[in-house]
Amino acid sequence: MPNLEHPAYPAATLLHLESLVPCRESQVSMLLSIFGERQQFSFPSIFIYGHTSSGKTYVMQTLLNTLQLPHVFVNCVEYFTSRLLLEEILIQLQSYSETEQTSHVPCDTFNDFVRLFKQAVASRELEDQTLYIVLDRAEQLREMEVNILPGFLRLQELTDRNVTVILLSEIVWELFRPSTGCFEPFTLYFPDYSIGHLQKILSQNHPPEYSADFYAAYINILLGVFYMVCRDLKELQHLAALNFSKYCEPVVRGEANERDTRKLWKNIEPHLKKAMQTVYLREISSSQWERLQRDDGEPGQLKGLSAHTHMELPYYSKFLLIAAYLASYNPVRTDKRFFLKHHGKIRKTNFMKKHEKTSNHLLGPKPFPLDRLLAILYSIVDIRVAPTANIFSQITSLVTLQLLSMVGHNDQLDGPRYKCTVSLDFIRAIAR
Amino acid sequence: QHRHLLELLKRTTVHGESNSALIIGPRGSGKTALLNHVLKELTEMKRVRENLLEEDCQFFLKNNFLSGLLQTNDKVALKEIIRQLHLENVVGDKVFGSFAENLAFLLEALRKGDRTSSCPVLFILDEFDLFVHHKNQTLLYNLFDISQSAQTPVTVIGLTCRQDILELLEKRVKSRFSHRQIYLMNSFDFKQYIKIFKEQLSLPAEFPDESFAQKWNNNVQHLSEDKTVQDVLQNLFHFTKDLRSLHLLLMLAVSNVTVHHPLITASDLHEASKQYRMDSKANIVHGLSVLEICLIIAMKHLNDVYEGEPFNFQMVYNEFQKFVQRKAHCMYNFEKPVVMKAFEHLVQLELVKPIERPSVRAQREYLLMKLLLDNNQIMDALQAYPNCPTDVKQWAASSLSWL
Repeated sequence: MPNLEHPAYPAATLLHLESLVPCRESQVSMLLSIFGERQQFSFPSIFIYGHTSSGKTYVMQTLLNTLQLPHVFVNCVEYFTSRLLLEEILIQLQSYSETEQTSHVPCDTFNDFVRLFKQAVASRELEDQTLYIVLDRAEQLREMEVNILPGFLRLQELTDRNVTVILLSEIVWELFRPSTGCFEPFTLYFPDYSIGHLQKILSQNHPPEYSADFYAAYINILLGVFYMVCRDLKELQHLAALNFSKYCEPVVRGEANERDTRKLWKNIEPHLKKAMQTVYLREISSSQWERLQRDDGEPGQLKGLSAHTHMELPYYSKFLLIAAYLASYNPVRTDKRFFLKHHGKIRKTNFMKKHEKTSNHLLGPKPFPLDRLLAILYSIVDIRVAPTANIFSQITSLVTLQLLSMVGHNDQLDGPRYKCTVSLDFIRAIAR
Repeated sequence: QHRHLLELLKRTTVHGESNSALIIGPRGSGKTALLNHVLKELTEMKRVRENLLEEDCQFFLKNNFLSGLLQTNDKVALKEIIRQLHLENVVGDKVFGSFAENLAFLLEALRKGDRTSSCPVLFILDEFDLFVHHKNQTLLYNLFDISQSAQTPVTVIGLTCRQDILELLEKRVKSRFSHRQIYLMNSFDFKQYIKIFKEQLSLPAEFPDESFAQKWNNNVQHLSEDKTVQDVLQNLFHFTKDLRSLHLLLMLAVSNVTVHHPLITASDLHEASKQYRMDSKANIVHGLSVLEICLIIAMKHLNDVYEGEPFNFQMVYNEFQKFVQRKAHCMYNFEKPVVMKAFEHLVQLELVKPIERPSVRAQREYLLMKLLLDNNQIMDALQAYPNCPTDVKQWAASSLSWL
């Protein structure tokens, strides 16, 4: 693995830096060579992109803090309007000047920002060092005013000072470029971690009671289950932390020792599969998960957030909803075939199997008028149903529950049209 | 063009004539550099120095430099002009008064002077096309008006990258503009390109360490005759002619120079060129999980079958299920919410984009989307994808797989 070396910085700090950023040495060395020595000018703007949790923010912060380079770090999601963003940069700059305490500096436009920036930089004692402005989640800059992004890319030219702007984002540069072009930054890619890297990084967090090998075996199993689905380091760390106690249970209980991989695997495997459906999808919170593990109850009782949407509806509402589903997903011409008398009572599940054609199920629900809904309702309910206000009010309450949605204006002449917004599984659950 | 501009500015400052001009050229063709150079020459000419209005020690702001990026509004632009001209009602760097008052004051101040007793003022407007989008184009109108009315000698120079800038001007503004245009095109051929490359890399004569400078320049000469280096430069030249990208490439190569590695080699340039030309979307696809790759392949098949019509999540999920039931031995049939989460990750990375904004009414699964990747890009990325299961690769390569 290449050693980071650079003449301007002492070797000890570089070694320390290297230990803090595993598996990212080549990126850090490239950044160091671009930054150069403290007072040298660098690229006016640098754009760094890479997947979620591929370490962009972490590496940037560690690098700037360890080498003690003057920098300003701002997250564009936190300061989401241009005014907030510019003011925050100026406030952070004030912390570098030795005399004043932080006071609120009003800054409305980019023009004022450039002027105040020049003043702020001039008042610092470290005037000849490169100042780095790091903007995290830079894709939000596109949502702000149009001149902010090109302005930042040219900041070195506009203010005539030694400053470099670094943009961090997940989205590629081609989607950022404004329509008439702009000053192109230097783009740097942070590659995703390979499975070996992930293993190495995750194994670093092992708790002190157990050996590193034991934890490494656990990580291996975890990656085997989850790697196909997700490569996000943060998610994997979360999952690893939550499930480790369950993994260690056989060892704690004395049934197996640390090397009995097969037993440990049999113990943990259904657990991980359950975890994929719940904690990974954030259906239940991590504290609920931990409580469940401690009680060691039946895994089948896990009720996620989506389980709570299976609600109990009154008798007629259920039929109304089923009728609405049928009306949304069946084309009008098949109504006659299905609902007229001589076809008798048709089981509800039969409809679902017949409609494998691509158009209906895949395109989503279609709107239907109220009369059709009532017609279908009458044909599926056994007893005679009178069109009382009760029925109509149930329709309206279904709309408020967002199980049906109204399509079109309120004052349409033909009568209101609706659309069913629930899925097949929900209907099946309701249909007993 | 250099001479043209120099003449123009000289005429304003020395003879007191008012003028206006536009400098048009694509990005990176050196408009600002040209202007700076001309201004520098101008101030070195002795006669000019006494007449020119000196503002600041900063070279850029010697005259009134306004940038379309900074002054997004006529009000802001006017305040900036007044601030730079150090006119009287600027109290402690703050400018007050409404827009109309400021404008009237400025016009008065400029109008009062006549040819002999007042200094010529030079207005430089960068990113001119952004000024054109202000409301009513009042600032432009007034500036051009003053330049035509032969009072204070004023020159207005605009820099822009849009070729059709004249059509964007309003009729009254266009008539006051003198229609003098200076075009800057990158019209050099490859041989001159190599010469520029050599010049940029060579150290100037004033470099303190003589012997090192000699060695360095020899190395540069050697490099410019090397075939591989010429290939690299040729590639870049075919892609874009402007010098900014050349600078980027050279800076990358030069940043590898350390004490142990004092001279640039051809491999440095090669590395830098590879770095510069990476396909960023392919890189992103490289980092996706296997499930997400399967979803992308499903979308690719849908695009092939339905000729590029937009799809929604439900269709993609169907395709994926067909693949899993029929062909895959290694892919476990994931539940729908897990697949949904992978799909949403793709949306977050902006590889898949919804056609219209998602509303509250429509369900998320039925929102129509389109894929922002090309078929070739997908196939190339799959080749480079590490540990891709063979079933997945075969599925991608087969067309009409569901028949």
